[in-house]
Amino acid sequence: MSDAAFPTRAAAPARASAPRGRLLDGPAGVAPTRRMNPKRIMVYGGLIVFSIYYLLPLWVMVMTSLKGMPEIRMGNIFAPPMEITFEPWVKAWSEACTGLNCDGLSRGFFNSVAITVPATILSIAVAAVNGYALVNWRFKGSEVFFTILIFGAFIPYQVMIYPIVIILREIGLMGSVWGLVLVHVVFGMPIITLLFRNYFSSLPPELFKAARVDGAGFWGIFLRVLVPMSLPIFTVAVILQVTGIWNDFLFGVIYTRPDSYPMTVQLNNIVNSVQGVREYNVNMAATLLTGLVPLTIYFLSGKLFVRGIAAGAVKG
Amino acid sequence: MAQALRAAPATELDGISVSIRDLSLSYGSVEVLGDLNLDVKDGEFLVLLGASGCGKSTLLNCIAGLQPATEGQIFISGQNVTWAEPSERGIGMVFQSYALYPQMTVEGNLSFGLKNARVPKDEIRRRVARAADTLQLEPLLKRKPAALSGGQRQRVAIGRALVRDVDVFLFDEPLSNLDAKLRAELRVELKRLHQNLGNTMIYVTHDQIEAMTLADRIAIMRGGKIQQLASPDDIYRRPANLYVAGFIGSPPMNLLPGRLEGNRFTGALTADVTGYDFTSRPRGPEVVLGIRPEHVRTGAAAEALPIRAEALVEVVEPMGADTLVWAQLGQTPFRVRMDGESRVRAGDRLSVGFDPASLSLFDAASETRL
Amino acid sequence: MARSGPPLRLFQNWQAKLAATPMILTALVVFIGCSLWTVVYSFTNSRLLPRLEFVGLAQYERLWSTPRWQVSIENLAVYGVLSLILTLAIGFLLAVLLDQKIRFEDGFRTIILFPYALSFIVTGVVWQWILNPDFGLQHIVRGMGFSGFTFDPLNDPNLVILALLAAGIWQGAGLTTVILLAGLRGIDEDVWKAARVDGIPTWKTYIFIVLPMMKPVFATCVVLISAGIIKLYDLVVALTRGGPGIASEVPAKYVYDYMFGNQNLGQGFAASTMMLAAVLAIIIPFALFQLGRKRRV
Ligand SMILES: Nc1ncnc2c1ncn2[C@@H]1O[C@H](COP(=O)(O)OP(=O)(O)OP(=O)(O)O)[C@@H](O)[C@H]1O
Ligand SMILES: [Mg+2]
Repeated sequence: MSDAAFPTRAAAPARASAPRGRLLDGPAGVAPTRRMNPKRIMVYGGLIVFSIYYLLPLWVMVMTSLKGMPEIRMGNIFAPPMEITFEPWVKAWSEACTGLNCDGLSRGFFNSVAITVPATILSIAVAAVNGYALVNWRFKGSEVFFTILIFGAFIPYQVMIYPIVIILREIGLMGSVWGLVLVHVVFGMPIITLLFRNYFSSLPPELFKAARVDGAGFWGIFLRVLVPMSLPIFTVAVILQVTGIWNDFLFGVIYTRPDSYPMTVQLNNIVNSVQGVREYNVNMAATLLTGLVPLTIYFLSGKLFVRGIAAGAVKG
Repeated sequence: MAQALRAAPATELDGISVSIRDLSLSYGSVEVLGDLNLDVKDGEFLVLLGASGCGKSTLLNCIAGLQPATEGQIFISGQNVTWAEPSERGIGMVFQSYALYPQMTVEGNLSFGLKNARVPKDEIRRRVARAADTLQLEPLLKRKPAALSGGQRQRVAIGRALVRDVDVFLFDEPLSNLDAKLRAELRVELKRLHQNLGNTMIYVTHDQIEAMTLADRIAIMRGGKIQQLASPDDIYRRPANLYVAGFIGSPPMNLLPGRLEGNRFTGALTADVTGYDFTSRPRGPEVVLGIRPEHVRTGAAAEALPIRAEALVEVVEPMGADTLVWAQLGQTPFRVRMDGESRVRAGDRLSVGFDPASLSLFDAASETRL
Repeated sequence: MARSGPPLRLFQNWQAKLAATPMILTALVVFIGCSLWTVVYSFTNSRLLPRLEFVGLAQYERLWSTPRWQVSIENLAVYGVLSLILTLAIGFLLAVLLDQKIRFEDGFRTIILFPYALSFIVTGVVWQWILNPDFGLQHIVRGMGFSGFTFDPLNDPNLVILALLAAGIWQGAGLTTVILLAGLRGIDEDVWKAARVDGIPTWKTYIFIVLPMMKPVFATCVVLISAGIIKLYDLVVALTRGGPGIASEVPAKYVYDYMFGNQNLGQGFAASTMMLAAVLAIIIPFALFQLGRKRRV
């Protein structure tokens, strides 16, 4: 490619007078920017105003939960406590009354754990296998069932809740934690199946073909090839399901009995119970306790949470 | 079809490694492969060549059992494997995208298939060692695919087929993801591998150079049908129809429509084609005359040849070793490949000539070779 | 060695079919079966227990002449329209603000989205406290010297929708922001370069070039927000319990109360069937639109 290969091409003209140095004075180098121009101020100003709107309730919650009732009656809900007390938290956790019993939210907390853990595991297991079958082992009608499933995600729950009561009664699970687990598996299926279907179909199909040539079967390919490389999507699914199931109220109130109520139902009963004096600090402590699990997950998972809801939402 | 899993009559499949009989495949109403027949001999290197979307990968997937056929039969090593699982067919397969299992080490990738087949541990170790030795993978055995270069990944993918000790290797564009230099190196390595192992290899590509250099025979496909199945030399010199003529060669063959009366061709040029080796008699006077740009002589060399004409040079593309000339012959575009030393410019008149033995004649209606 | 049976159609791929049974059952038994069951029983006079005694459209006639249902529908319509518009507007504004290559983008996004991780019950209880007339906003503004100030949406039938909106948007706008931000980031950088070369001001680029390009993303948001609006229940229970009076009742609450509280199943079924009809009226055109788009591509 050098000049030698093309002898006729004249050699480059002698590098006689390459221009050098700056021409006069004038703009040169990086243009100066003002750190804060009016536009930036508006942008940050807007964001800060919205941030206050978003953070204020959280602030009020925490502050109220650390005050004693006398201070609340006197003062300002936005002001920090003059005297910090953790008594409302203790009371919310172990003494607050919900209708029948007065053992606080702790019962609801453990119920919620007993519901959330198996429901999360089961629903993800089922949905992951669904997604895998839908992408790699299509059979006649598989897409039809999937379409029904996705449509189902938009059907108002109110249309299905009563027949499900009958079904659960028939199979003897009505009122039990396991009945609620089953309901969560069913209603979590559309979105999580979609999540996994989208993920698996983004993997190169050759991977699946190579595994088949290597003699792996339905479960072999799933468990030994696909699952090990799907950790991020499993994390996303866990985040989605734990928060979703933990925060559920409607199913909890319908399908469980008072002694197996999840935390959200108990919280509502504590706060909105008509009898007795209202203890706002205890209410706020109870609210924070209920929100603690999903908030912890949210703040720890950061980007993955966003990715999860975006994946579920945008592609749907 | 009902008793198809019996061993096929021995005599018919003697020396045949892979045999495809009346194979059809449709997606709904779209036919991707139609009534395809193909015999691949033992130890043969067969290349499937064709434009994108012509069904090469589909055919390979059918042979591998990854895609159930709609109609027809497939025999591998004398066994009817039409309904068999991919892992039961005695094949190994290599993909363009490597398809390595990302969470397994190279060693894990190589041994995964053997573990599934419950091969004893010692045997696995022996075969992995042998494949690693053949492909120079020893230093990489403990690494994950993410820590390998493209060429190394593809060697692992080949190794994965190698350890299976099978008779037939299937390659689906294995070199397409590599850069030009690596592709040339691995091509030679593949050829060496084939010479050493003597397995049957079926190789899909759309790179003509790969096809010409590697193949014992090439099958040119179009729209799910085989257009020509012949040695690289035959495909190049004696294309069976207009499609093959236009597909093979870069730049492609010059095709000049015209009329043939007796041995006299009239069109953009007039020529006496005495000396052309007819395979069949023309059915009508309308024909197409084909001549490869590299078989056209110019200047003094053209004077001595039986067929001569004068072309007008339009564009000159010097490429170092040779020069491509885009010219007009009357109203018809005409390409000539000249020596890199020759000096021509746009606007020059160029006298061109060629030998009847090096041209191809096609029937204009049926597009087949005469 | 090759297997010896011709693969029977039903058993082809049997493992996949077996593995997909939960999905098939869910789709057929729950989503289709249960919905149809409710629709059928909405034409009966079931009260405490479901009974197949058909009464034609009587339940629907009664439903539409019940003031509480009328208020519920009205509330849902007002809340729905306002919440849709406000959520999209705030969501887009926030997405654009976040898109300005700002510092602490992750921080701001975390703040805007965190309520989405909370239960509606938590949200409702918190806002109930903030809007509490004796201790909350009204009390504080009065304390600052505006003693005539009144803002008590929880006890004012005309304003109670505002309380629902403040809480609903607080919880939900973050999701719209994140989706729209992803949409903005998905737009080809070259569009921005071209607009800059042509000297089009940023705000004009957003409104006249970017906004039209984001139609599909907005469509997704509209569907998601609408689905949420129709399901609106927990928030009302926790924030207002439908009050004051019946001023903040919503259809989902009507269904629950009639099915499980008033033991008037027929009314509950009819009301839930109306909800289903409303959803179908939104979903079907959207699905057709999506299908049409896929065809054209
Ligand atoms: N699942 C499918 N449904 C419908 N048509 C398909 C499907 N898979 C492949 N096809 C069609 O079958 C034809 C052959 O595809 P195939 O992948 O075999 O092409 P190819 O020759 O390997 O092309 P390339 O060189 O691009 O790899 C294409 O026209 C393709 O559109
Ligand atoms: Mg291909």
